[in-house]
Amino acid sequence: MLEKALSGSRRYWAWVAVLLALIAVGFSTYLKQYHEGLGITGMSRDVSWGLYIAQFTFLVGVAASAVMVAIPYYLHNYKKFGKIVILGEFLAVASVIMCILFIFVDLGQPVRVLNVLLHPTPHSVMFWDMIVLSGYLLLNLIIGWTSLGAERKGFPPPSWVKPLIYIAIPWAVSIHTVTAFLYAGLPGRSHWLTAIMAARFLASAFAAGPALLVILCLLLRRLSTFDAGSESIQALAKIVAYAMSANVFFFLLEVFTAFYSHIPEHMAPIRYLFFGLEGHQGLVGFMWSAAILAFVGIGLLINPSTRKNERVLPFALAAVFIAAWIDKGLGLIVGGFIPNPMGRITEYAPTFPEIWITLGVYSIGLLVLTVLYKVAIAVREEESLAAHG
Amino acid sequence: MSVTRRRFLKLGLTTLAGVGGAMALDGFWRGSAEASEVLTDQKALKAKHWAMVIDSDRLKSAENVQRMIDACHRTHNVPDFGNSKDEIKWMGTETYEHAFPGQENGYLNEGIKEKLFPVLCNHCENPACVRVCPTQATFKRPDGIVAMDYHRCIGCRFCMAACAFGARSFNFRDPRPFIKQVNPDFPTRTKGVVEKCNFCVERLEKGLPPACVEASNGALIFGDLDDPNSEVRQVLATHYSIRRKPELGTEPSVYYLIGGGEEHA
Repeated sequence: MLEKALSGSRRYWAWVAVLLALIAVGFSTYLKQYHEGLGITGMSRDVSWGLYIAQFTFLVGVAASAVMVAIPYYLHNYKKFGKIVILGEFLAVASVIMCILFIFVDLGQPVRVLNVLLHPTPHSVMFWDMIVLSGYLLLNLIIGWTSLGAERKGFPPPSWVKPLIYIAIPWAVSIHTVTAFLYAGLPGRSHWLTAIMAARFLASAFAAGPALLVILCLLLRRLSTFDAGSESIQALAKIVAYAMSANVFFFLLEVFTAFYSHIPEHMAPIRYLFFGLEGHQGLVGFMWSAAILAFVGIGLLINPSTRKNERVLPFALAAVFIAAWIDKGLGLIVGGFIPNPMGRITEYAPTFPEIWITLGVYSIGLLVLTVLYKVAIAVREEESLAAHG
Repeated sequence: MSVTRRRFLKLGLTTLAGVGGAMALDGFWRGSAEASEVLTDQKALKAKHWAMVIDSDRLKSAENVQRMIDACHRTHNVPDFGNSKDEIKWMGTETYEHAFPGQENGYLNEGIKEKLFPVLCNHCENPACVRVCPTQATFKRPDGIVAMDYHRCIGCRFCMAACAFGARSFNFRDPRPFIKQVNPDFPTRTKGVVEKCNFCVERLEKGLPPACVEASNGALIFGDLDDPNSEVRQVLATHYSIRRKPELGTEPSVYYLIGGGEEHA
């Protein structure tokens, strides 16, 4: 089926060329980082994780969100999602690949990465994260590819795929839960030491992921013959609205606990993010933008008249997506390190090389997504041709 | 054809037992061989739980503390990049407010408020860094020292996020050009690995006290917390001591005497 990605319009190839160019720039910048060390990034002794790990965390959520399509379709027989379930699975594949790459580019000694397998360490959450992420990648790749292959031949998917589909549902929850445990179990980081972390991660994932999926569906409708159908788009948009509401609600719970208990170290990171601390205000603008975008997005998505307006819908979804990205892809990880364990403040801003490498990884993910979506759509086109001809 | 199900199972089980037995024997032989190959210096200092007591009264000036830091960093080939972003430190200094956050108050004795306290790896009994390390590159030795294998570390920096004391540093760049004078008795590190205070395991093996203790003029007391007759135990039994962030349950092995007055001899 992969050969279908090798023929396409001029616009398709231009897009692929742009991605390849960005990958080339990212890769050459990575070589520089490989030779000179992570000192070329904005990370420091105090803020020892930055953009890379934050993207990893955010994208685990996007990957997990495939279940928001799979559950209604497979468990509740919501047929309208039949057309897009494959898009959810392939989005998960591309996202997990990016997650793995973001971890990889963050390593100080990448050539030693297999030490994680050579010395398996079950008391490290990272060990489990590796297992759940690679398992999830395989599950989605196998499920997506096999179902599509069967569809192409006009058969239902083979029966052995069914159990995998059911396993993939709790597995999706596990990837984001385990990723939250990376942070939520650390004794000295008050901003992360919260039982609601995994729940908040899932809520933000189930908002950002489906939001992206709907945006992709709307794009595909304009760029290709693929039409997800208004009903499934509306259903997904409702999922986004309520998942984002839960996400904001969970965040407000954090604010209440920190400020009503008035424990200084629990208040400090939130203060830093939204108001700045001791004159350091690096993320204040981002965090308020996220807050405003979140409320605007939720408002537009809950209100039926704006949600059903397909001119407004993409903006509402983009607002939610960007808000979730700032919250998780920037504030949560960086905020956990500020102030440092001694109560001192070192701010963080990514450097240009760091941003290029990040864009490079995103481009790889987009390329994988482009190829997989191209195959999926080409198979569907072939089917409809066969049906009509 | 003639292989029955029963015979097949029997064969399988026998093979499994054989392999298991061979593996156990292999481990046994290897284990004993290793034990006999390791030569320990007769003079080596040994303990069941190494611990340090920092008598802050004896640290009269910032120079006293700096001398200890210099001794440590010289001994362990700690580079000086000249910027705080890439900084590597095994021992640093903090004021009371920052070394013991949450324990300060607005009316602290000026002397304590302004004093610089040495801060270093606490060699916790329940080290979060060891718990999170995905490769066991950082591990707790039977003598309580939290050690690092620089050759196994993949540089994921999970341990830095887990440490509640800011004790760990990462080699953001190649450290070697930034070491003023290389001490050939201790390895230099490569870029991309984490490092921290090792309680001078390499000196203990030779019967020497840690470099900072040696340079401290008696302000740092080092010994076995498990031995009731050790100096650390004597000092802790007769003085009021505190530890950094005890509420986290990591059980630091570094104790601080604060305002002990003249009585400590």
